[in-house]
Amino acid sequence: MSNEGIRIQAVDKSFGRGEARTVVLKQTTFSAATGRLTMLVGPSGCGKTTLLSIIAGTLLADGGEIEVLGERLDRMKSNAVAKFRARNLGFIFQQFNLIPTLTALENVSVPLVIQGHPHHYAETKAREALDWVDLADHAQFRPTKMSGGQMQRVAIARALVHDPRVILCDEPTSSLDSENGLQVMALLRKAAEQRDRLVLVVTHDSRTYGFADRMAEMEDGRILRVLETQEEIRAHHPLGE
Amino acid sequence: MIRIALKMLFGDRAKYLMLISGITFSTLLMTQGMSLFCGLMTWTFSTVRNVRVPIWVADPEVEQCNDNKPMRDTDTTRVRSVDGVAWAVPLFQNLSMASLPDGTSKMITLIGLDNNTLIGAPDKIIAGRLEDLRMPNTVILDDFGVQRLSADRKHPIGVGDVFEINDHEARIVAICETHRSFTGGPYVFTTYDRAIQYAPNQRKMLSFVLVSPQAGVSAEELVARIKAQTGLAAFTHNAFAWSTIMWYMRNTGIPINVGTIVIIGFIIGAAVSGQTFYSFVLENTRHFAALRAMGASSGELCAMLLAQAVMVGFIGYGTGLGLVSLLGSGLLKLGKVPFLLLWQTTAIVGLAVMVIVGISAALGIARIVRLEPAIVFR
Ligand SMILES: Nc1ncnc2c1ncn2[C@@H]1O[C@H](COP(=O)(O)OP(=O)(O)OP(=O)(O)O)[C@@H](O)[C@H]1O
Ligand SMILES: [Mg+2]
Repeated sequence: MSNEGIRIQAVDKSFGRGEARTVVLKQTTFSAATGRLTMLVGPSGCGKTTLLSIIAGTLLADGGEIEVLGERLDRMKSNAVAKFRARNLGFIFQQFNLIPTLTALENVSVPLVIQGHPHHYAETKAREALDWVDLADHAQFRPTKMSGGQMQRVAIARALVHDPRVILCDEPTSSLDSENGLQVMALLRKAAEQRDRLVLVVTHDSRTYGFADRMAEMEDGRILRVLETQEEIRAHHPLGE
Repeated sequence: MIRIALKMLFGDRAKYLMLISGITFSTLLMTQGMSLFCGLMTWTFSTVRNVRVPIWVADPEVEQCNDNKPMRDTDTTRVRSVDGVAWAVPLFQNLSMASLPDGTSKMITLIGLDNNTLIGAPDKIIAGRLEDLRMPNTVILDDFGVQRLSADRKHPIGVGDVFEINDHEARIVAICETHRSFTGGPYVFTTYDRAIQYAPNQRKMLSFVLVSPQAGVSAEELVARIKAQTGLAAFTHNAFAWSTIMWYMRNTGIPINVGTIVIIGFIIGAAVSGQTFYSFVLENTRHFAALRAMGASSGELCAMLLAQAVMVGFIGYGTGLGLVSLLGSGLLKLGKVPFLLLWQTTAIVGLAVMVIVGISAALGIARIVRLEPAIVFR
């Protein structure tokens, strides 16, 4: 497990100073494995997004060990982290974060362009990725002309186009109606199973709990409990199905 | 990445047009201001351009060619006796009134040329003959004069027509082309003696002595000798033109007025573009952050901003210059406004646009480098 997946050991994170200081993560310890869809759930403000940002390397922790795919992010320089991110991580955001002036195809090709791949290669791969999320016929559409569900599927294609091992999602379904939300979760599950990827989903959306292989429950900056199987999850979250 | 940057820019039609128009307007204002200035400056020394001789000699207090501090007639002889002078002839210049048969009158610049040689005569005669100036009461009028003096006539005034200069008859024997004068009056050429008759009588009438050096003597050298031996002011053709320009720069509000226009153009450009570009960056902060989160380095993001700013600068500058040259050729056709577009002007304005673009990009970059990529999750 040491060079597979994510391992977070005793991470601290606080914002602000003096009176305004809020401690968000307190000696937080967490792990996730490849080939599985892990959900991170918990009340609003408990630190889920903060933890996800630290795993992504977009936010620096105050202390602790952060290991992703066997690399210690806390020991890397920021440029190296950016490179690591470009190669190994895919992101899916609540707000989709597609560039509105680019077509779906161009949006999906962005991660490959960032890695310096030639234009036609990027577009070929982007077409495959769009096909995978069943949006091949929307390649030339701009995000503004698409529904929320379609936009999030484009975002999934973008997160997968460079074939990263780890996909990080922050509330990917909370802007969607339940049908689209379920469709998006089904795609994320497929992404985890097909290529032995690690999919980590931060969510509030109990409608989607059935897609989790594993669930970490967070409260007030700490992981309180980890449910290791779908049966356990169902037992503790009966409203989920 | 640059492709993406430009797509982001072009996709935001409103901001893009706003940016372009900021730069265009600024280019237009700066170039137009400077071209008017250059044009106006060429008007100041039109007499030097119309009467083309190597050396001008004048009263010691004269600094520019529209000034008139008459010398004694004998000064021509004194200049002629300076070593190295090939020829030296008198020239008369003043502002007079031309009266038309219908009673209206117009200001003119009257030039009296040496009776025998007609040295300094206009070289572009477009109707009639220069030699006919030797007949009594004759003048040569320039094309602008034709326009001016024909204002109320059915047919334009031309060769053979008659008007009056200070109550003396003046019969037109030729029409010539000249450069427009700053003082506004058309040029009327006649002989020195007749010009003196036309002009109100004064004790001293000689405005300038026109000189050419002998072969082997440089104009600069002869100018120095004339100054030393006669105590008069002497200039080469170029020096007199520049001296005239400098006099107008020092003694009129033209540089300040034009400078103000140019500075306003710069400020408007910088303010509009800087502001618009900054708000473009602000609006796209989320997307820049997403690119950063997906692994783009801050160097790449800076390059994107720079590409966007430079592209805007390029298009705006090009459009501005295009508009200026259209406007300029229109103005030149009208003939009423001076306009001279020098490549130096386009270069200076180009530099100013680069500075504006640089400022705009720097504002955006300052914002982007402080960017926390973590904001994409918020
Ligand atoms: N950049 C920041 N500066 C100051 N405080 C912050 C910052 N980011 C997060 N916080 C604080 O940290 C705490 C945890 O925030 P976080 O976004 O991680 O919660 P969350 O579990 O994702 O909540 P939600 O479910 O509402 O998204 C909150 O109290 C928040 O106000
Ligand atoms: Mg959150």
